[in-house]
Amino acid sequence: MTDTVKNSLLFALVFTLIIISGFFQGWNNAMFIVNMGIISAIMALGVNLQWGYAGLFNVGVMGFVALGGLAAVLIGMPATPGAFAAGGTGIVIALLLGAGTIIAAVLAYKRMTAGRNRNLAITAILIFGFFVFRGFLDPAVGLIEDVNPAATGYLGGLNPGTQDTYRDNGWIMLIAWPVGGLFAAGAAWLIGKAALGLRSDYLAIATLGIAEIIIAVLKNEDWLTRGVKNVVGVPRPVPYELDLQNSAVFVERAASLGFDPVEGSTIFVKLLYAVLFAAVLGIIFWLSQRALNSPWGRMLRAIRDNEVAAEAMGKDVTARHLQVFILGSAICGIAGAMMTTLDGQLTPGTYQPLRFTFLIWVMVIVGGSGSNLGSILGGFLIWFLWVQVEPIGLFIMDIITSGMADDNWLRIHLIDSAAQMRLMTMGVIMILVLRFSPRGLIPEK
Amino acid sequence: MDFLNAIVALANYVLIPGIAYGSQLAIGALGVTLVYGILRFSNFAHGDTMAFGTMITILVTWWMQSVGISLGTLPTALLALPFGIMGCIALVLITDRTVYKFYREQKAKPVILVIVSMGVMFVMNGIVRFIIGPDDQSFSDGPRFIISARDFKRLTGLDEGLGIRTTQVITVVTAIVVVALLFWFLNKTRSGKSMRAYSDNEDLALLSGINPERVVMITWIIVAALATIAGTLYGLDKSFKPFTYFQLLLPIFASAVVGGIGSPLGAIAGGFVIAFSEVTITYAWKKVLGYLMPESLEPNGLVQLMSTDYKFAVSFVILLIVLLFKPTGLFKGQSTT
Repeated sequence: MTDTVKNSLLFALVFTLIIISGFFQGWNNAMFIVNMGIISAIMALGVNLQWGYAGLFNVGVMGFVALGGLAAVLIGMPATPGAFAAGGTGIVIALLLGAGTIIAAVLAYKRMTAGRNRNLAITAILIFGFFVFRGFLDPAVGLIEDVNPAATGYLGGLNPGTQDTYRDNGWIMLIAWPVGGLFAAGAAWLIGKAALGLRSDYLAIATLGIAEIIIAVLKNEDWLTRGVKNVVGVPRPVPYELDLQNSAVFVERAASLGFDPVEGSTIFVKLLYAVLFAAVLGIIFWLSQRALNSPWGRMLRAIRDNEVAAEAMGKDVTARHLQVFILGSAICGIAGAMMTTLDGQLTPGTYQPLRFTFLIWVMVIVGGSGSNLGSILGGFLIWFLWVQVEPIGLFIMDIITSGMADDNWLRIHLIDSAAQMRLMTMGVIMILVLRFSPRGLIPEK
Repeated sequence: MDFLNAIVALANYVLIPGIAYGSQLAIGALGVTLVYGILRFSNFAHGDTMAFGTMITILVTWWMQSVGISLGTLPTALLALPFGIMGCIALVLITDRTVYKFYREQKAKPVILVIVSMGVMFVMNGIVRFIIGPDDQSFSDGPRFIISARDFKRLTGLDEGLGIRTTQVITVVTAIVVVALLFWFLNKTRSGKSMRAYSDNEDLALLSGINPERVVMITWIIVAALATIAGTLYGLDKSFKPFTYFQLLLPIFASAVVGGIGSPLGAIAGGFVIAFSEVTITYAWKKVLGYLMPESLEPNGLVQLMSTDYKFAVSFVILLIVLLFKPTGLFKGQSTT
């Protein structure tokens, strides 16, 4: 059996699984799995670029995904009337001063000779800068958060529409996706500058920390993201279900295909999303494949397999690592912006490392690290399992406990806990793949 | 008088919580550092190992409470702790046999072991959530305070109260006992010496006839005991929630790295450095400064450098500074390059 046949069979298997779930749980549900599957596949491609090509151990995926979501809000939402006038200047000044402080500290570190004087100077710059920064930021934040706190209380975004009309500018979300990539790339540049070059597990700990900090910022800086009050009603690049249901042409079309307007419209919207997402996935996959098979890709793999030898051949290892770290994180950022668009809301409280970092890692490992096709397969397969393990677990628990009385404590406990089967299943899958098929379902060639 | 009040307020809100939290982090970091020194990988499952041991302790505590066994004024959990340690040792040894041993024999790269420990983390997290659920659990009993703020005020006549919780004292006493035992073991016993030899130079240790599997087994037993103790103390002092334990991973790693990973003494120092930085930077200094400053200079705001939600940022920044400027940590651990 050739590789192509085997890979096609694997993909066919995953899509058959999704189609079967469509028959049992409805097509709306199946389309949800497909859409989130595509987004997961894109995230997996980003992680694979870092881990599979270059051996960089990034466990801060969640942070980059969340930054993408932030971009979706900052681009897609309309500016809050009066908010920028109230505190915008203060925020801008504060951010500039903050950046200036850090630059001054770095300059002092580079220009002055090492010793106590330098340490004192840097400490003084940082402490003074911090208080000046807070001095400008705090009042501005207070002013912005007082602007209609129940509905807005944040700066808003760049959508040219007003509070009532911004939803008509759904196309703007297509700009937000690459911007999400840029945000993530910027953060990755900062982290990469500081933490690349450390041992691999230290980079892991550093990225783990950065992700938590990004989430903490999104949760607490209400002027930027409304924090845990969430931003809802992010515009979308596809029509709204209600508009479709009110359109006579669409209702007629749906009826001729045997759908009632409500079900038809939800599925139609999800199909449009799937087309858009698949286009993004296609572009990123094509670019990744080209990169993998180019001299650049070969150099990366050479560095991954033997850093010392590659360095001896005159390759700039740190620069390549930084490059690939930024690219991979940018891909995760794009996926994050797409996910926020699909959800229609940014909810900082729902970002959890197990779901947004480690699950993506399971996808890459199961799919086959170093193989782009494998990452896509892993993305769909693991996402499908993540969604379906819960109902399957419930079903199994029902069977196991069917002999017990309805009010048996063990039965109640087992059925209540079935939802927790997910994590265990993912862990077991990951450990089994690492042990018995460490190169994954579609191994790197 | 104002000066005394300031000191009492400082002790109440910064010193005592900092010492208790620092002891918990230190015991946690000792576990991470031992795994790193002997097995040579960063164990991402450590937070969930802590959660598992604590869970067993909690279950036994509940059972003891239900049949009426208690330690009088001390929390019942202390009596249940040995059972938690046993359970945790069993789980960790089974994990080592079924999962890690294979990679050790293959001489896999450390980073592969880190990824494997991610898988173990998922499974342990799943087990804990499956058995006890994802919610907050409280299992502390007995009197809450050794001296409450109100009693302290009445006794001393000061305006500020100094409350010392039972759990804080238990934490510190347990930490001292545990650390003393550990260092006695590492420095005086044959097994401890062979562990240190193995950590310093694996090849030489093997040549001198040290059995590596035995060293690894002893390490896991100690790590499981430390993890359970750290987890139980943290749970008694605050509360038990599986997700919080997973999040403890970051400050624990930071403590181990700041002190110099692989160095037990460093882990303890690192734990206190991280704990005190977190507490001082997220504490609102208004009260203390209010006592110390002349009235005209009294601060208006809370004088809180950062909101408590940014406590992860504190451990992270310290971690980064140490990694960039002193990669071997404060106590010369194993190199980080």
